Amino acid sequence: MDERQDEIWAKPVARMTVSELPVGATNLNVEGRQPVSPLQGFGALWQKTYRLRLRGEDVTPAQVMAVWKEKFPQFQPKGNRFYPPVGGVRSGEIIFIESTVSAWPGRLPGIPISSGVRVIYNDDECFTIMTPQGFPESGWNSFSTFEEDGETWVQVQSMARAADPIYEFGFRFMGGARFQEETWQHVVKAVAAHFGVHDEPVQVIRSCIDPGFQWREIRNVWQNAMIRSMFYMPVRLVRKVLRR
Amino acid sequence: MPQSQVKMDVRKVTPQASVIDIEGDVTAFSENVLMDAYTDASSDGANSIILNFSNLDYMNSSGIGLLVTLLIRAQRQGQSLLAYGLSDHYRQIFELTRLNEAISCYAGEADAVAAASNGR
Repeated sequence: MDERQDEIWAKPVARMTVSELPVGATNLNVEGRQPVSPLQGFGALWQKTYRLRLRGEDVTPAQVMAVWKEKFPQFQPKGNRFYPPVGGVRSGEIIFIESTVSAWPGRLPGIPISSGVRVIYNDDECFTIMTPQGFPESGWNSFSTFEEDGETWVQVQSMARAADPIYEFGFRFMGGARFQEETWQHVVKAVAAHFGVHDEPVQVIRSCIDPGFQWREIRNVWQNAMIRSMFYMPVRLVRKVLRR
Repeated sequence: MPQSQVKMDVRKVTPQASVIDIEGDVTAFSENVLMDAYTDASSDGANSIILNFSNLDYMNSSGIGLLVTLLIRAQRQGQSLLAYGLSDHYRQIFELTRLNEAISCYAGEADAVAAASNGR
């Protein structure tokens, strides 16, 4: 057994705890939440892969991954703010997220959503995050780099279900799935652009692993981070005023 | 495309249960080998598929994802998925990823086969 395996994988936890909050992040919908896998969500289970080749660039997968981890928040699209742990991306740490979800993109204003994800796997060419209860998706996202036919690729792969019926509706009918796909395509393009690759297309592979709903998980709606973030908005506004 | 570093053999242990012996690394590149082994294990109408991890060398997060895919496939066929031979390290990873809530883990083959026979 490779002894590094103990550092690569996070230790299991029943509930997430926050020890240090990065500057600017909000500890909302994180503390006390259980990490959830694709088995605990409500909606259809999808595996989606977004990959892009760094054509002609002489960089190793490990070099690309080192930059990706270091500049992770910078590669996100506008409106998505990621707050990585103070000590960088490491197994067991929490990456805090502030995003905006619109119930009807382009027509209704976005609702700010605060949450965080736990890094459960981290090696030189990959890291994987696991979502908490209440997050829009229940499952994992892996960010990886690899070599194929002598060239380095960057890849985001998600395996997740919508966490509850409200999110499932949003993903299916309110543009949520499209927004999510655009987000991850933006991320792989931004990583590629950092290495000087601008014209490579993103390969998108979608696979519906389980089209059914898990009705036993319908109560997940109670933890819905979007709804809870919405109720938290007045508190956020008061704090903002008091800080002035 | 990198080659798969895993070998999987299928054994029928009871009329209702098949064991997949896994030897090597379970990563994203193991998908075809694992799904072929599953198809083979299911071909005689087995309602329990037992994964033997005794000779597992390495499994990464993509490998865990493959197990989720296999689990869903088995559940849709009305089959149960069981496992044995996991080291403490990989038992912990099953706990971390909450796979242990859907794939029952046992210390040895006899226990897993007995559980399969009891319909667990």
